[in-house]
Amino acid sequence: MSSQAQILPGTLDLLILKAVSLGPLHGYGVLLRIGQISGRALLIEQGALYPALFRLVRQGLLKASWGVSENNRRAKFYELTSAGRKRLREETDGWNRLAAAMGSALAAEPEEL
Amino acid sequence: MKLLAYLRSLSAQFFQRSQTEADLEEELNTHIQARADDLERSGLSRAEAERRARIEFGGRERIKEEVRESLGGNFIETMMQDVRYSLRVLRKSPGFTIAAVATLALAIGANSVVFGVLNALILRPLQVPQAQSLYSVEMGSSWHSYPDYLDLRDRNRSFDALAAYAITQVGMDTGGNPSSDWAYETSGNYFDALSLQPYLGRFFHGSDEHGPNSAPFIVLSYSYWHSRFQDDRGVVGRVVRLNKHPFTIIGVAPPEFHGTVLIFAPDFYVPLINEEQVDGENYLNVRGTRWIITILGHLKAGVTPPQAMADLNAIGSYLEKNYPTEDANVRFSLSRPSLVGDLLGRPTRAFVAGLMLLAVLILLAACANLGSLFGARAADRSRELALRLALGSSRIRIVRALFTEAMLISLAGGAAGLWGSVLLLNQLSAWQPFARFPITVPVNPDANVYVVALALALVSGVLFGLVPLRQVLRTDPYQIVKAGRGSADGRRFTVRDLLLVVQIALCAVLVTSSMVAVRGLLRSLSSNFGFEPTNTMVVNADVKMAGYSGERVLPMQRRIIDGLEKVPGVESVGLIDQPPLTMGGSTTIVFTDQTTDLRPSTAAANPYMYEISPEYFRAAGTTLLAGRALSWHDDQNSQRVAVVNREFARKVFGTEAKAVGGYFKRRSGARFQVVGIVEDGKYLTLTEDQRPAMFLPMLQSPSGGTWLVVRSNRDPRQLAPALKSALRDVDAGLPSYIQTWNRAMDGTLFPSRVATVALGVLGVMGAMLSMTGIFGMAAYSVSRRLKELGIRIAIGAQPKEVLQAALGRAFKLLAFGSAAGLILGLLATRVLAAIVYQATPRDPLVLAGVVVAMALLGLVATWIPAQRALSLDPLTLLRED
Repeated sequence: MSSQAQILPGTLDLLILKAVSLGPLHGYGVLLRIGQISGRALLIEQGALYPALFRLVRQGLLKASWGVSENNRRAKFYELTSAGRKRLREETDGWNRLAAAMGSALAAEPEEL
Repeated sequence: MKLLAYLRSLSAQFFQRSQTEADLEEELNTHIQARADDLERSGLSRAEAERRARIEFGGRERIKEEVRESLGGNFIETMMQDVRYSLRVLRKSPGFTIAAVATLALAIGANSVVFGVLNALILRPLQVPQAQSLYSVEMGSSWHSYPDYLDLRDRNRSFDALAAYAITQVGMDTGGNPSSDWAYETSGNYFDALSLQPYLGRFFHGSDEHGPNSAPFIVLSYSYWHSRFQDDRGVVGRVVRLNKHPFTIIGVAPPEFHGTVLIFAPDFYVPLINEEQVDGENYLNVRGTRWIITILGHLKAGVTPPQAMADLNAIGSYLEKNYPTEDANVRFSLSRPSLVGDLLGRPTRAFVAGLMLLAVLILLAACANLGSLFGARAADRSRELALRLALGSSRIRIVRALFTEAMLISLAGGAAGLWGSVLLLNQLSAWQPFARFPITVPVNPDANVYVVALALALVSGVLFGLVPLRQVLRTDPYQIVKAGRGSADGRRFTVRDLLLVVQIALCAVLVTSSMVAVRGLLRSLSSNFGFEPTNTMVVNADVKMAGYSGERVLPMQRRIIDGLEKVPGVESVGLIDQPPLTMGGSTTIVFTDQTTDLRPSTAAANPYMYEISPEYFRAAGTTLLAGRALSWHDDQNSQRVAVVNREFARKVFGTEAKAVGGYFKRRSGARFQVVGIVEDGKYLTLTEDQRPAMFLPMLQSPSGGTWLVVRSNRDPRQLAPALKSALRDVDAGLPSYIQTWNRAMDGTLFPSRVATVALGVLGVMGAMLSMTGIFGMAAYSVSRRLKELGIRIAIGAQPKEVLQAALGRAFKLLAFGSAAGLILGLLATRVLAAIVYQATPRDPLVLAGVVVAMALLGLVATWIPAQRALSLDPLTLLRED
């Protein structure tokens, strides 16, 4: 468990957008994909996923359609809309800037000042 | 159509929602199945895998709830849940629910009744096209003369057309059964100026007027056509007799038109130009006699009221310059015609506004009452609320549920109150307070009333629903669940206490004002009118309707007096043109004997003028203070004389001593000698300032008005049949009306009676509200401290001490609130003095009455809780819990 990190508040939406940008996914698939692309490092509460998915659909960033899963079950698949793609780009840039800034701030040594 | 579309969208929302719900359910199932597939692959049995998957997934309902919330807009659904829950909760405490709904129903009912009156009398325009631009022309408090009207009509540049009318009573004879009915005498252009279309036949027009008595036409009102002519369409063209003169019915007015005075709907309309036939008098050429009640018309498009007033006052200056003896200080202003301009309009507006204020106070008191009840309830339910919080309910959700309860109660109360007020308003509209006059108070409720009642209900729901808010938001579930009941509020002065004090103060204001009003009315009924109305009948014999005019009037009047005096039981009979306090009377201006320039601005006084027979003072019971009464020798051949009241003597002569034997002049220049002085009295209204009055002998100043004051030594009502037959012996065709003088004064007493009844009702409501408020507070404080009281009793507390502990606080609050309310009420009753005669707040009886009333209310309200506190059985109580 210690190798897994609770995700930061507000980053779940970004992770979902990223996961879905790699190809249409159903809910459980989103969970698996996030685990896969984060190297199993990020832990997402299963239940928290759905309110976020519905919210993103409502905001027009995702669109949902019913299809058949790999196990032959009826499942709802999510994919990015163009607005969602744009949002993902912006949020990714924002996150990268923040991460870089945090990184350099935390790496600062006394003699650099 | 709009409603249909709205319903469709609502159902679509519901439909879609259930679709989303099903989708969500399936999606979550898929998720769990997929997870179970994975777990099964790692070696678990299918059943175990599914179980594990479900556990991992967590609370499915909670997730669904969160999804719903993230979707937003599920307002209706949550609301329906809240409503169902609240209904269950309210059904569990029927006492509370009934008390709350009844309180609110009373308060909302009072408000919608008062607003209904306000709406109908003041806000609602007359039922004529473009009522917004319809104004009436006023000249101070004076009416208008016909020549002045003609000048205004022809010289103004602001009105599309100016019409005029007077109100008169006239004998209508359709052949066989003459009746005396009420008519508007209108200018020929009346209907055209109002842009009305006849329901049947035609209206008369300005072009029908060709000098006096040139237009003998009648337009019937719709309701009169219905009641008198049974909707007979053949009535047009029929000739009937008005005061014996033939008139042709030419048309029927539309059903929704009831004349241009709200409270006075005429039976029919006749042209003003025929005044001589209709009234028996001809003032068409007399500029100084003002008998036209209202001049009205539509302002031209683009003309503002101030511009129109400037225009009218320019005509006023012209009148002053050209007719200095008749027209002085002419100042025109505009007002709304519906209540005869400012004459009735101003007092009505002031009174209704005052009532509205009191009604709002009632509503505020009710809200304070319900607010403290709700607060108490929320405190009682603190454990339940704490549990719900502990189980994961959000505070917002709990507040919303409490709010829903408040709203349900306010809507139920509002609906009940509105229902009651609609019944009452409809009854008021059908009510005819005076048998003699077609006066009604048309206050039927309309959409405005419904909307205002609904709005008031919702606003008050919000007001008292907000009270427990702070309580819920501060609740710490851990503390409450652990410690049992919340122990936070001990002896501190809480918001609830403040609410109770405010409410009691408001109620005390109401009780004080209603007591002042009732006391004022009682006094006004026993005050000195300047005559003694008990044991007197007044007989109004209309000689002009019987066809007597000019020279024939006086002999006829003397025959009537002689005839009535012979009736057994009659002590004395006096004749007067119109008795005081019977909604009529005329004034004139008089000058000191030294004045030579006789114009209105140099007048010494403006007294009421009465023409009487010598016996009048004896019959009326008016006391002669000095000099002599009038006699039958004061006739055309002798010196003109008058009897005046003390106020007249003081005003014109300086002192009473100088008045007897002194002279004064009237506008014609004629000199009158004062031969006697009588006591002061009331003449037009009970609330008027003392006015001068003079009484002239009927032989010197004949008048058509024939009222006989008949005094007897027994119950005068028994005399009525004998009086009637005596009149018939004099002239069988003489229309007459017989009633007691007290009854004839109904119209004069009407405003203060209405005021007293209204204030009395509001006062009773205030008292009831303060009673329920104190009861709620006392009952709550006893039930809250049952355990403590039980312990006190167990260790030997005396009843007095128990009561002190249980109810001391309630009584303290009551005393504090009553004192505050009493002071406020006394300040407020200054306003009442304008309407209610002799309403003085500095009346020891009223002060004592209020104190006693509030103390009694407190006693009654705390009786049941006190009994409960005293009958506590400590053993059972301590065993519980």
